[in-house]
Amino acid sequence: MTTSEIQFDAPADPVADGPVLQVEDLQVSFPSESGRVHAVRGLSYQVSPGEVLGIVGESGSGKSVSSLAVMGLLPSSARVSGSIKFQGRELIGRSDTELSKIRGRRVSMVFQDPLSALTPVYTVGDQIAEAILVHKKGAVSKAAAAKRSVELLDLVGIPNAAERVKAFPHEFSGGMRQRAVIAMAIANDPDLIIADEPTTALDVTVQAQVLQLLETAQEVTGAGIVIITHDLGVVAGFADRLMVMYAGRAVEKGKVDEIYQQPRMPYTLGLLGSIPRLDFSEKQALVPIKGQPPSLTDLPPGCPFAPRCPMVVDACHTAEPPLMDVDGSIEHAAACIRTNEIAAADAEGAEAAVEIFGAEVADEPEVAKIPREQRDIVLGLDNLVKEYPVNKGVVFKRRVGTVHAVAGISFDVREGETLGLVGESGCGKTTTLMEILNLQKPMGGEISVLGTKSSEVDAKRRFAIRRDMSVVFQDPMASLDPRLTIHDCIAEPMQVHGYAKDEINRRVPELMRLVGLRPDQLSRYPGEFSGGQRQRIGIARALALEPKLVVLDEPVSALDVSIQAGVINLLEELKSKLGLAYLFVAHDLSVVRHIADRVAVMYLGKIIEIGGVDSVFDAPRHPYTQALLSAIPIPDPVKERQRERIILTGDLPSPANPPSGCRFRTRCFLHASLPPEKQRQCIEVEPLREAQAADHEAACHFAQVRQVL
Amino acid sequence: MAGFLLRRLVNYVVLALVATFLAFTLASATFDPIGVLQQRNPPPPAASIEAKKRDLHLDQPIPQRFVTWMSGVVQGDFGRTVADRPITDELGRRIGVSLRLFLLGITFGILFGVLLGVVSAIRQYKFSDYFATLFSFILLSMPVLVLGPLLKMGAQGINDAIGSNVLIFVGETTPGFQGNWFEQLGDRIQHLILPTLAIALGQIAFYSRYQRSSMLDVLGSDFLRTAQAKGLTRRKALFKHGLRTALIPMATLFAFGFGLLVVGGTFTEKIFTWYGMGDWLVVGIGSQDANITATVTLFVAVCVLFSGWLADVLYAALDPRIRVN
Repeated sequence: MTTSEIQFDAPADPVADGPVLQVEDLQVSFPSESGRVHAVRGLSYQVSPGEVLGIVGESGSGKSVSSLAVMGLLPSSARVSGSIKFQGRELIGRSDTELSKIRGRRVSMVFQDPLSALTPVYTVGDQIAEAILVHKKGAVSKAAAAKRSVELLDLVGIPNAAERVKAFPHEFSGGMRQRAVIAMAIANDPDLIIADEPTTALDVTVQAQVLQLLETAQEVTGAGIVIITHDLGVVAGFADRLMVMYAGRAVEKGKVDEIYQQPRMPYTLGLLGSIPRLDFSEKQALVPIKGQPPSLTDLPPGCPFAPRCPMVVDACHTAEPPLMDVDGSIEHAAACIRTNEIAAADAEGAEAAVEIFGAEVADEPEVAKIPREQRDIVLGLDNLVKEYPVNKGVVFKRRVGTVHAVAGISFDVREGETLGLVGESGCGKTTTLMEILNLQKPMGGEISVLGTKSSEVDAKRRFAIRRDMSVVFQDPMASLDPRLTIHDCIAEPMQVHGYAKDEINRRVPELMRLVGLRPDQLSRYPGEFSGGQRQRIGIARALALEPKLVVLDEPVSALDVSIQAGVINLLEELKSKLGLAYLFVAHDLSVVRHIADRVAVMYLGKIIEIGGVDSVFDAPRHPYTQALLSAIPIPDPVKERQRERIILTGDLPSPANPPSGCRFRTRCFLHASLPPEKQRQCIEVEPLREAQAADHEAACHFAQVRQVL
Repeated sequence: MAGFLLRRLVNYVVLALVATFLAFTLASATFDPIGVLQQRNPPPPAASIEAKKRDLHLDQPIPQRFVTWMSGVVQGDFGRTVADRPITDELGRRIGVSLRLFLLGITFGILFGVLLGVVSAIRQYKFSDYFATLFSFILLSMPVLVLGPLLKMGAQGINDAIGSNVLIFVGETTPGFQGNWFEQLGDRIQHLILPTLAIALGQIAFYSRYQRSSMLDVLGSDFLRTAQAKGLTRRKALFKHGLRTALIPMATLFAFGFGLLVVGGTFTEKIFTWYGMGDWLVVGIGSQDANITATVTLFVAVCVLFSGWLADVLYAALDPRIRVN
């Protein structure tokens, strides 16, 4: 079915001459134990019909709260004032019953976490049909609503929709659930769609699918869209206008191109400068924004960004600057008293940020000057295999299948280098990592650390090897024991390995300084630190035993962008100072491009492409790598609009039942375009890794360079 | 799914047998019905004592006695009491009494318990929530030994105020009551009100606490927000999407609550003079009767295991995530 077969109202609504949504001086506050939290403080914006407004900000900036206020979905304890006009009608002060007639019919919303956004006990079809029936009771029969929900599911790109409507949410993958939520959101042809971080919880390839779907949804419904995100890349190509929020207020707004090219507020500058760029091959300096966003309970007078701002002057502390039009431009406004000075700077965008914030590129480690082949191998994987049995039966267990989580992978990490391991969730990254950390004899193949094979060591030797290898985990909140002081957290590995007490007491403060924290905070508990600081503590703990290799499992993915840059800079600095080797597991390819020397791309338990970062990113050979790279949005509106995206169809196949031959062929666009005799080769013969260029291997029968950045 | 439930059922039959065997063995080893007989004054003749021993199979070893009794049970004969009356006849009557007493009480308990829990959760930290909490804690800390007499006193007060015996709290029916079926029913309802209340109140207090916390878990969930974003009013979203999901963890509680209460209500039966299963267990132990004890135990085992099975079925019905192929 094509989109044209589904009937929607004509996009142009007679009442919709003015803005669809007009928010004036919106204030939202919540009661809390430490006083009233002023989550939104005087926010004004508007959305025209068919326009896409991007709202960008870090967690706690009030971007989600302000949209929930539009929907009337804030908890009853929230105090809302100001004005929210939807198609000229005031929404604030209306009863839940009145608002429920608009919600889902005129304004609809797509939420962040698709895994929990659907009621687990009803089928997907019933939930979509409910969205129609609740507004058109009597006018639409149950059977018609059910038929329509099949059409909608088909429209959002779920294959075999007629069957899949009967599925329950748990039978859908994350990406499919988000599609179902979008299907609900467009079911009644709304005039405004609010998407709150719609792709944050999804893999990049699925993110690309969902963004494209949102664009389609906008085309068929002609609705205005508000897209809320913390990722400046996501909105670059999609939004028409952008609003940057900080501490409950808009600090800059204007046309997308203008904000990316000529940001006029230091915070926006910092945000733009803190993002690692996928499309930059030369070493880029990342801008860390020091400090934390302010607490919204008791804001001091003056600009809320002043404590973190590199351009701060005394006048900044006297009064909060209003959002003022930037000289010589229409619709571009910024809340900073030094806007004109920023405008006078020579550099533009991210470069201006580097200049103003004073970011530096970390030095190369000494050891990196020796050619790679002559350096020692710190970690070597040779054809590593890990399988899990699939059992059935409660009393009499029998094996009915095997999950091939890691199906024979090989790579090595040499002294002073960083290898990035990337891939979608479920590709086997974490299993690989756990096998390395386990240091047991693998099911197949070999793991060697500094030349010692894990299959040949006894328990004592294994314990000794652990000194040379440490790990930093993804979630800084969960990876530190909340009941141990920071001192004890960092000292623990040294105690286990029998360091003398004096030695420990000397070393712990040293480690604190090394990761950029003050040693006088050692007696505090993890709960008193922010996410970024806790991740630094985690790094200090990992460095306690002076390892040669640090395994980093998504170390920055749980952090806000401005904090993330600081941690990345720290990791680079430590690598150069201590000559460390990193195995960096991540799904964010921009971060990998920035920090890694080499990159290995995993798909369904296999490494399908490996090589130096510049070679792999600039001239990817494997279709999967090409799709992965093309799916990542670049924070540059001009480039982003020109890019052609390779959209992969469907989800990752089950590793219990991988496709024959080439594992990627079921989703491969190249395979689909081949003549049948060549396709047979993909189906029957598994492609092996072959050298494509200097230090660049790919596993594809028909490997060819395709530039996607 | 049907296969799974069938396998469970077979497991339960074995478990019920084991439980009954243990109860029978324990009772047979400790009870001494002949000793009781011998202490009568005047003592019965030796010949009749010997005959009694034979009747009760006391000459056989205990496992063999169990097999003898069990082979009767399989054919629907639960043996005879020490006083030589057939157990089977009384069993049916007593099960009927217990079910009449508890089915209604539990049904009300579940319905109002869930309702009270939901209201408390939705209106958390409001007056009604505090009131419900207080009400529950008072009832939960009050044994039926106290609640029963209190209810009786209250009922007496109401009866005195009206000037007629509306609420009757002794027995199941008025002995020798004559009338058509409608009047008979009215008489039974008059007898039922107080004991039902005694059971239901405790149950309401118990279930409302669990329902409140399971509802609170659901209140902050994303899918409730999605439902409202679709255009459901908060109230409708709460009941259609919230309550349905919050009921899932309650299923086990409901099922086992039912199973245990049917025999755990010994005090309630005693206080309101109903001759049900709980009362019978006390009678059985008092008269040193292994057959009665084993019969009641078998009934308890069947109730508990049936509840477990019912919990599985309820779970599968409520939660699609655990339905197995």
